[in-house]
Amino acid sequence: MSTPAQLSVSLWRGGNDGRYESYSVPRRESQTVLDVVTYVQRHIDQTLSYRFACRVGMCGSCAMTVNGRPRWTCRTHVAKVAASGSLTIGPLENLPLIKDLATDMAPFFEKWQQAKGVFAPSQTRAEPMARIRPDSAPRVAANAAIECINCGVCYAACDTVRWNSGYLGPAALNRAWTLVNDERDAGNPSRLAAIAASGGCHSCHSHQSCQEHCPLALNPTASIAGLKRRTAVAYLKGEIKA
Amino acid sequence: MNVRLYVWQRATAALMVPFVLVHIAVIFYATRQQMTAADILSRTHGSAAWAAFYTVFVAAVSIHAAIGVRNILSEWSPLGHRAAGWCAVFLGIVLALLGFHAVIALVLT
Repeated sequence: MSTPAQLSVSLWRGGNDGRYESYSVPRRESQTVLDVVTYVQRHIDQTLSYRFACRVGMCGSCAMTVNGRPRWTCRTHVAKVAASGSLTIGPLENLPLIKDLATDMAPFFEKWQQAKGVFAPSQTRAEPMARIRPDSAPRVAANAAIECINCGVCYAACDTVRWNSGYLGPAALNRAWTLVNDERDAGNPSRLAAIAASGGCHSCHSHQSCQEHCPLALNPTASIAGLKRRTAVAYLKGEIKA
Repeated sequence: MNVRLYVWQRATAALMVPFVLVHIAVIFYATRQQMTAADILSRTHGSAAWAAFYTVFVAAVSIHAAIGVRNILSEWSPLGHRAAGWCAVFLGIVLALLGFHAVIALVLT
């Protein structure tokens, strides 16, 4: 089947009361969804708002809803998602809309903070560097979750976030899991208490949408399951209160 | 849901597994033996074992269902967490009262 010369693209325009508007964009070889959005902004309507930075799948800033599915647009090829020659691109779900394709990521990162997703050092820089065996069980568990780029795709895909605005979400909990397994970290007492509270890891229904949609093929559901076990044991030992 | 509710719901779920199996086995046995209500009551009347079995079962069901319904109400209804919690407590009490009433009828009448 030959590649069509033009793509039919619908982009969300405006705020919550906005609408999809149609554009025609030249089809090119190795074209990404971000290329399509950028073409519209540079050649058709310069008022189009969207967010991107690195364009190579490292910064996590360009995620959007593409044909109904949250994706990182810079690494999503048009050929993969628009075989019919049409694209519908909207802002990420579960986040406040600023304008057009740009969402406010503040709630996403605030929950990262609520989940105590910040490293709490147990040593000073004057002390010798900690020696962590690469094959130790905690390091292996942390490794499996560490490559998150905070694109927000899992958060937008999560049913529990949609139903429960207080839920911390897969990315924040996945980050907490990496720190729970960081042998250098000293923040676990307060971290486990934070993620064992209402809206924490026990709110997860294990639908696995986060795993299904994660562009880096991480498995936040597995991380959350680990947190459920760890916090339940800590609770039964009396180390955390509910 | 927090860790306390999570532990209670999982613990009652684990507890109910053998209870549900025994309960279903008893239902199959009673129907295959074509037992009447009077036949069943004649066997359960005065039985401390059946009283203990169904008392624990009713308690586990009441706790487990109430926590689950609380979760459903807080996620899928306009009720807030606090209102959903009170609804769940009410449901749990109703289930427990109905269940214990049935247990009394089973072993004392």
